[in-house]
Amino acid sequence: MNAQEKKPFNVVGERLPRYDGADKVTGKAIFGPDVALPGMAYGFILRSPHAHARILSIDTNRAEALAGVYAVVTAADLPPAENMDQRYARDNTFASDKVLYVGHAVAAVAARTPALAEQAARLIEVEYEALPAVTDVLAAIRDDAPILHDEMRTHSLAGRGDKPSNIASHFQHVKGDPAQGFAEADVIVEREFHTQTVHQGYIESHAAVATWSDDGALTIYTTTQGSFAVRDHVVWLLGLPMSKVRVIPTEVGGAFGGKNTSYVDVPAALLARKARRPVKITMPRPDVFLATGPSSGAVFRVKMGATRDGRITAAQAELFYAAGAYPGSPVGSGANVMFGPYVIPHGQIDGYDVVTNGPRVSSYRAPGATQANFAAETVIDELTEKLGIDPIEFRLRNHAREGDERVDGGTHGSIGGIETLEAARTCAHYNAPLGDPRPGMRRGRGVAHGLWGNWGARSSCMLSVNGDGTLNLVTSSVDLSGTRTTLAMQAAEALELPPERIRPSVGDTDATGYADVSAGSRTTYATGIAAIQAAEDVIAQMKARAAALWDVPVERVSYAQGVFTSGADLRFTFAELAEQVTGAGGSVGSLANVDVAEWGAGFSTHIADVEVDPETGKVTLLRYTIVQDVGQAVHPAMVEGQMQGGATQGIGWALYEGYAYNEKGQMLNANFLDYKIPTALDVPMLETVIVEVPYPKHPFGVRGVGEPPIIPPPAAIANAIYHAVGVRPDHLPMTPAHLLEKMGVIES
Amino acid sequence: MILTMAIVHIPPLMRDLTGGRDKVSVPGKTVAQVIEALDAVYPGVKARVSDGDRLAPGSAVSVDGVIARLGLRAPAKAESVIRFLPVIEGG
Repeated sequence: MNAQEKKPFNVVGERLPRYDGADKVTGKAIFGPDVALPGMAYGFILRSPHAHARILSIDTNRAEALAGVYAVVTAADLPPAENMDQRYARDNTFASDKVLYVGHAVAAVAARTPALAEQAARLIEVEYEALPAVTDVLAAIRDDAPILHDEMRTHSLAGRGDKPSNIASHFQHVKGDPAQGFAEADVIVEREFHTQTVHQGYIESHAAVATWSDDGALTIYTTTQGSFAVRDHVVWLLGLPMSKVRVIPTEVGGAFGGKNTSYVDVPAALLARKARRPVKITMPRPDVFLATGPSSGAVFRVKMGATRDGRITAAQAELFYAAGAYPGSPVGSGANVMFGPYVIPHGQIDGYDVVTNGPRVSSYRAPGATQANFAAETVIDELTEKLGIDPIEFRLRNHAREGDERVDGGTHGSIGGIETLEAARTCAHYNAPLGDPRPGMRRGRGVAHGLWGNWGARSSCMLSVNGDGTLNLVTSSVDLSGTRTTLAMQAAEALELPPERIRPSVGDTDATGYADVSAGSRTTYATGIAAIQAAEDVIAQMKARAAALWDVPVERVSYAQGVFTSGADLRFTFAELAEQVTGAGGSVGSLANVDVAEWGAGFSTHIADVEVDPETGKVTLLRYTIVQDVGQAVHPAMVEGQMQGGATQGIGWALYEGYAYNEKGQMLNANFLDYKIPTALDVPMLETVIVEVPYPKHPFGVRGVGEPPIIPPPAAIANAIYHAVGVRPDHLPMTPAHLLEKMGVIES
Repeated sequence: MILTMAIVHIPPLMRDLTGGRDKVSVPGKTVAQVIEALDAVYPGVKARVSDGDRLAPGSAVSVDGVIARLGLRAPAKAESVIRFLPVIEGG
């Protein structure tokens, strides 16, 4: 199926009101920090002031003696770890022997009020032996760097390293013969790029309320991208049976990958067990910056070659990603996508996962891709300039098609990258003049193109038919972006019923089937497949009920547009049949569980127009267009919102955002005043062009949408800046100071 | 009995063990069995790709182009193509 052979839809493709909209705009929606239980105490986590230090002792006596304090916990309250992964997770919950970043949790207190809990936590006496710290990824791999983990040896397929190192792992992808590829090139560009650690910047902080039953069962209310992921994490660290941990997800006030990981659930559970009452922990904003999982700062060394007629002959890159305190940066994802859109006959990518004295990184919308795309797409722009070829034309000449192998060894499935570039080339923005700059200013236009693989994995969806013909849809896929609506729409499409007949909701871990985290742009895609399967099963069951009532073989019952028929005389509307199922087989409902092993990649092409003040280095975005293949837009308005939201975050990476550390490894901007994210004043109306190349393995052609749009903004803006002022930014964020240095106005 | 022969792509960093060979066919009905068979021919492979009964930290394996969620327990079919990869994640 291609874009010209799209299925006609009744519901899919409509711009319907969101099911979660009314409660959110009227303030009735319950977010994590809103949850309160009778008799609840408040938790506060004491955190390390040091970026790197050995813990010599922890004395909690004074805190425990304070009136109104119910419990104090430390790492000693956690079961011992059974393997290294568990040890890292355990130590990131509460440090045991060393603290590895400013903000590393050391102890927690539950008390009658939040203020009392904080006061008591300050009474805990922790004796540290300060150690040298390293926050820069290149400094961390030097031979004389402070070592974070004495036992760490570099893991790679070449074997285990023979000495302590901050390089947790190294991998290498090789395709063809890179030396030969560069020898065949007429033009070669080689550059180094640096990016900073950035945070997802969700507005709602992490918050959880834990409460224990007298039979040892634990219930946690929490803001998360995955209730089962929290359950499994808590079970893993506390050694509980899965059946005794119930996680109830709240509404989520922004996540973007940062709530894939659990930070306050285990401390709240430990405190609640010791305090024998419910305990709530809400992270203060500085703690969110200091102690949750931002994305990696990274360094790239990139080399690409091409022939005079604009064919890429070779590409090579080294990627160094800061993982923070424990291994697990998204360097694999960065390597996966950085040259992914193109046919590269000869290539090599070396990736390094490097521990540093910062918070352990976590996923952030297309983890690892935005950084890598900035490096690769800036080099490609330089190639196009040297060759005198239009940047979109160059990308089209080299673009991969289905069946092409990437440098990382993977093979492209059904993709719409070429259609996306073609749509960008013909869109209004790309064909509009740049316009004259204001006096003294310079203008430029940049293009970048990016790929994200998306995800499938495990999902479930439950549909129950009510006696009045309405249906309830329940899923454990947490709704981050309106997926209740897109799931109900897909179920309605499959049921051939009006969408208002279906009321969707998100259930908890005791009430619904399993779902992996709502991440990887997978929920509308994978949980959508579950919703469709449940709907198809409901139709089959309803047919059986009709057959029983009519006393005809089920094969002779037909269904279309909400009406069951058999022959010319027998007819039930869906609602009429729903009313009569009692006595004809009983109530109708279905739980569909899926484990989706294949998914469609998404491509996004961005066009940025900027105006640069060469005296101050200030960059103003004049116009910005996002062109993206979404497979099939289930809800176009929400798709456009995803495209605009992702691009806005990418613009933040490009121009504003970055952790600033002093020489002691202390973050200097752990608040939204000093850590600037884009606002409506910084971003023009972002234009969107939806491209629909249906993905053949989804019944309606859906692809993931949320992550691709965050990838190209830094490169598109960097390329626009170059075409405005003639210097190529090679650091993120591209601050005025960086641009003035590049232009030679100031010295570094 | 017909043995299932999987085709294993040997990553560049591991080719010192295979005498430079980039693809090797070995029998096995699961990824674990394939690795055992590979290790029997090229000693040292198992230690590099696995950690006890799990894949090595930060590692993933794909079978026929699909990331195998079952890791070492993932089934392999005749002519299955097996690759060892770094972990990929989503946000």
